[in-house]
Amino acid sequence: MKNSLFTYTLRIADDSLILGQRLSEWCGHGPIIEEDIALTNIALDLIGQATSLLEYAAQVEGKGRNADDLAFLRFENQYFNTQLVEQKNGDFAVTMVRQWIFDTFRLPFYEALQHSADKQLAAIAEKSLKETKYHWKHSSEWIIRMGDGTEESAKRVNDALQLLWKFSDELFFMDDVDRELMSQGIAIDLESLRPAFNERIQFVLQQATLQLPDSKWKLNGGRVGRHTEHFGHLLAEMQYMQRAYPNMEW
Amino acid sequence: MVSETAIWSYLEEVPDPEVPVLSVIDLGIVRAVKVISDTEVEVTITPTYSGCPAMNYIEKNIREVLIEKGMKTVRFHTALSPAWTTDWMSEAGKKKLLAYGIAPPVNEADKLTLFGESPVVKCPQCGSENTKMLSQFGSTACKALYQCNDCLEPFDYFKCLR
Repeated sequence: MKNSLFTYTLRIADDSLILGQRLSEWCGHGPIIEEDIALTNIALDLIGQATSLLEYAAQVEGKGRNADDLAFLRFENQYFNTQLVEQKNGDFAVTMVRQWIFDTFRLPFYEALQHSADKQLAAIAEKSLKETKYHWKHSSEWIIRMGDGTEESAKRVNDALQLLWKFSDELFFMDDVDRELMSQGIAIDLESLRPAFNERIQFVLQQATLQLPDSKWKLNGGRVGRHTEHFGHLLAEMQYMQRAYPNMEW
Repeated sequence: MVSETAIWSYLEEVPDPEVPVLSVIDLGIVRAVKVISDTEVEVTITPTYSGCPAMNYIEKNIREVLIEKGMKTVRFHTALSPAWTTDWMSEAGKKKLLAYGIAPPVNEADKLTLFGESPVVKCPQCGSENTKMLSQFGSTACKALYQCNDCLEPFDYFKCLR
């Protein structure tokens, strides 16, 4: 139970941490100043959520590690984020499609998790849900604007959808970790979130005049520590300081 | 023994590091105060946003003020639930914000409405309601960026969080 709760918490934390890290790469490179600020604000929310979750994971583990140890000193196969969030930023359309798929999942997920039997996970979900609503509104509006925009923007957002949709199914990945905690009212039955997820996806796609790719190809592995080639590069940058100067503090 | 009421009043002197006209009490981030002994107190705080980088400074500032008032040990407890909302901001706090040039939070439609009308936010400079949102996200996590269509001044809006 303790091990499962540790893994379960890390899976949620790592999605936030890695997407936050990816978004922060936009700092100073946003297409317009307002968007630069928006992307880094969202990154900050996600890294804040990751901090709360990693602190809790460290406490559950009870081996004297802290949130920073977990964030910066694990090896690649010890991170349990979905492969979706580690995908490269690409152009602005890729970043926004990645964000939109993720936000559309996170909304019903946090709505459910705030009623978890685990009080700390419930509290973090309640807090994070309010922030996620802003994120979802932002990413959804961009998908619509780009999809229903110019020929160029529609092409780019459509290409991004082709590139990333195959990673969306992993958000619903469940294994024994989930099942053990579900029996105690802690974990969420992710299958039960699919209708809300699909409905929101279609709602936005319709307004964006976009369609999901025909391909039924699905990828997963991140939840059990198997990552795509981009992930090692991300970690190299994220962990550099702690690896080069162990235990340094800001 | 020092009373909890006294501790609350001391905390009114602790400014928020990002918006120094507001005290931590005005913001509503101090949720509870517990006097343990003559020299020891526990303060429960809640973050405005998960990633608010000011939380460490806020703890430091609270500790400094309470130590100045004779406490020796100040312990902190972070409560995430119930989650902070702008509804907890005091009326006095909203007036101070406005005077400082930041539009205080107003009632907003549900965030899940796409392309909904932005809330009517009065310009803190000229009072005009003819304003527009430039960006949902602003200089800090808690603010959005607006501009007045009449006096043309851009301004910060302390956005509603519920």
